[in-house]
Amino acid sequence: MRDALLRSASVVALLLLWEVCARAHLVSDFLLPSFSVSLARLYHDIVAGDALLGIGLTLYRAFTGFALAAVGGVAIGILIARVPLMRWFLDPLVSVGLPMPKIAFLPIFVLWFGVFDEAKILMVAFSAIFPVIVAAAAAADGVDRTLLWSAQSLGAGRQALLWQIVLRAALPQIFTGLQVAMPIALIVAIIAEMQMGGEGLGGAIMQSMRFADSPGVFAGILAIAVVGAALVRGLEVLRRRLLVWHPEGER
Amino acid sequence: MRAVALRYAPLLLLAALWEAAPRLGLVDAETLPPLSAVARALVGLAADGSLALNGWSSLRNLAAGLGLGIAVGAALGLTMAWYRPMEIVFNPLVRILYPLPRSALIPVMILWFGLGAKSKIAAVFLGSLLPVVLGAFNGARGVEPVLIWSALAAGTSRRAALWEVVLPAAMPEILAGIRNALALSFILLVASEFLIGQRGMGYLISFLGEGGNYDGMFAGVLVVSLVGFLADRLYLGLMGWALRWRE
Repeated sequence: MRDALLRSASVVALLLLWEVCARAHLVSDFLLPSFSVSLARLYHDIVAGDALLGIGLTLYRAFTGFALAAVGGVAIGILIARVPLMRWFLDPLVSVGLPMPKIAFLPIFVLWFGVFDEAKILMVAFSAIFPVIVAAAAAADGVDRTLLWSAQSLGAGRQALLWQIVLRAALPQIFTGLQVAMPIALIVAIIAEMQMGGEGLGGAIMQSMRFADSPGVFAGILAIAVVGAALVRGLEVLRRRLLVWHPEGER
Repeated sequence: MRAVALRYAPLLLLAALWEAAPRLGLVDAETLPPLSAVARALVGLAADGSLALNGWSSLRNLAAGLGLGIAVGAALGLTMAWYRPMEIVFNPLVRILYPLPRSALIPVMILWFGLGAKSKIAAVFLGSLLPVVLGAFNGARGVEPVLIWSALAAGTSRRAALWEVVLPAAMPEILAGIRNALALSFILLVASEFLIGQRGMGYLISFLGEGGNYDGMFAGVLVVSLVGFLADRLYLGLMGWALRWRE
């Protein structure tokens, strides 16, 4: 209990330090608008509706791209694990694609898909899919043989084997891949918005910066911080819910 | 040798497809220039010096930001695990800042440091810091207490125990954290070069793309992808070498 107080105290202390430094004009207002000014600005933007629209658009792009990466990545990963030809073809491509800085492809996505939602969402999906593929392939590879054999001897067909055994046994590791992919999706969504423009938190922050409107920049960052924390925590909660049956849930 | 050839045959297949598709008119050569045209553009970029100029700028800023991130991150993570007050102060801050997508901080870096190398280095530093902090912190916390107790009982000072027992034992996780930091630092570097411009591979790619020189743009993307991939492979090799004392 005392620990919890001390711990939240350090966050409060940081915010206070920010506020005091700004108010005492240790740095100029332009470089560091105070926390209260930034928060008031965020509140103002939310009431005016701009901030909610921006948050919604950024979430929509990050989440749609993430969902594409999740579904596509799991499908490709399981194909790699179960179909030898797919493994031969895709394994080297994935092992090159995983460490490659996908962000460099941004101008290519602009050339191919324009600067609107489609390009942003596909850029997010392309950046986030590789960790999911790798996690799903490794997870499906690692499924306990005895599980497969018992299911088969009980008469499970290929379909049932895939949906009821492989996918479920692989779920914890797949989820770890998704938890790696989610922050990447957000990072890339923000970069795509900053570079391609349009509404959304990334574009809004960039716009504020161009107009030297620093409270606007910091208000945007507060909004993104909340969105990021909500998504990361949300995945953790979902993991505990989905994996209640798994031994890891007993911790 | 044959095994390697067979393993990487799909990459060659993809390259052949890349060359053939625009030549056969399956895709527009404007949207996907054939590989040979991209290779020619690459030679051109190397000959006129723009590859060396921008590549050097990128490498320098990456090394500076990542180096700073590793040094500060490892020091912070280790001391957080070793001194309880440090842990109480910094752990909550790390947890609160961890989910913040670091790319959102690039505009703040531009406000603070202007349109130049300093902003790019600062962005790379912020991108690489937390994975190293977490690696060092978790690694140092996971050290078996028995190891530390025996060192202290044998008369080692606390400071020496940190250097000679905790640091080596935490090394695998620190190195794994640095690998994450390496990947993130490439993202932050290229993104900040897109946004700040002036110099660097990210700038070169978007400059060529905006000028309609798509052959050159693809060549730049190819170079960045290749360097990122090779950096990771090189790092994995170094990591294996550094950890060779572990069984």
